[in-house]
Amino acid sequence: MLPFDFDYYKPETLKEAVDLFQYLDQQGNQPMFFSGGTELITLGRIDLAYTDAVIDIKDIAESKVMKVSGDHLILGSTLSLTEIEEANLFPLLTKTASEIADHTARGKITLGGNICAQIFYREAVLPFLLADSQVLIIGPEGKKVIPINEIFHEQLRLKRGEFLVQLATDSRFITAPFISIKRRQQWDTGYPLITIAALKTGQELRVAISGLCPFPFRSKEVESVLNNIEMSLEARVQGAIELVPDPILDDVEGSAEYRLFVLQNLFYDVLARLER
Amino acid sequence: MKFHTITLNINGNNRVVTVRSADTLLYALRGKLGLTGSKPGCLNGDCGACTVNLDGWPMKSCLMLAVEAIGKKVTTIEGLQNAPIQQAFVENFAFQCGYCTPGFIMNCHSLIEQHPDADDEKIKEWLESNICRCTGYAEIERAVKSVLKKNRVP
Repeated sequence: MLPFDFDYYKPETLKEAVDLFQYLDQQGNQPMFFSGGTELITLGRIDLAYTDAVIDIKDIAESKVMKVSGDHLILGSTLSLTEIEEANLFPLLTKTASEIADHTARGKITLGGNICAQIFYREAVLPFLLADSQVLIIGPEGKKVIPINEIFHEQLRLKRGEFLVQLATDSRFITAPFISIKRRQQWDTGYPLITIAALKTGQELRVAISGLCPFPFRSKEVESVLNNIEMSLEARVQGAIELVPDPILDDVEGSAEYRLFVLQNLFYDVLARLER
Repeated sequence: MKFHTITLNINGNNRVVTVRSADTLLYALRGKLGLTGSKPGCLNGDCGACTVNLDGWPMKSCLMLAVEAIGKKVTTIEGLQNAPIQQAFVENFAFQCGYCTPGFIMNCHSLIEQHPDADDEKIKEWLESNICRCTGYAEIERAVKSVLKKNRVP
């Protein structure tokens, strides 16, 4: 149960949602777009999240889309991870998303909610970073379509009053060879340590990582070293380790040293699988 | 509005209830409607003791606002009337203290409905959503499999 009150709105159009946010904002409220809402409900309970006006976007048709349009797969931001998993239209996303939280929780957690979450894992973004997907964002300035790698730097850089509506992914990345591995410190159900997702396009290997730093990332520098086949395998892995961004997480789930040890082995696993 | 008088379809009946926007479905079920079968555990979406069935799928009722359930069909443990999985839990000793049992049963019931051909991997994936600290999962898994097996008999 949440220890504060808020107004609850459920707009049915993009315009209505954007206008409502602006209006409430101008009235001095602290509106929040709400999709699965699991983060507000769990963090709000312990005073780590707050709003006085929830704008639930799940009834907006554009945000619920799941379709192939031409050469692109379009996924709405309010689709639950379970809906995505059951449809299995993007196998790398299915595999990565199926490791988030647990099955029942994934029926509530949404694609957009995970990508825009406060929690630093945000693993659902990894496949889209690898696939150079496009994001559709709506806000006071209208709709805009942007490559995700231009707007996702540690987090999705939304301006006030904007929200994520859809993600579009080119089909050639949907069918590319991939691997997605999640490592936990304890059993199959413990909190995540590191998730790595990798995609192979032609002879090029792409990797994106969650749980190593306090943000998910894809690094062209890391990929460049991993793809340098003139170097020995050990030198490529060691070189990639040296190029991961700072800071390395050092917490109760795993020390920085342990995380780098796990990452090193994950790099070997990825190369072994995708360079066969 | 911070308060809403809403109609929820629960166990096949329309129930009118006044809730805060901030009330979870779990709180509304237990505190407003007297349906105490759904258990509060972690209240954080981790343990699964509060699991109900929402339009055929499992849902942790502590992770959902009551107002989000408008227009959905909610089934709680009270709404199951001698479902095969309930008898299977008894026959397979699939509970001990029983606190987590309603959540497990609602999750297992949903699994059987959604995936009548569920394999070991699927069963494990679904059962990971619920935590039991005293029985262990082997008996629960056996209970699920016994129902799946009976349902497959032509």
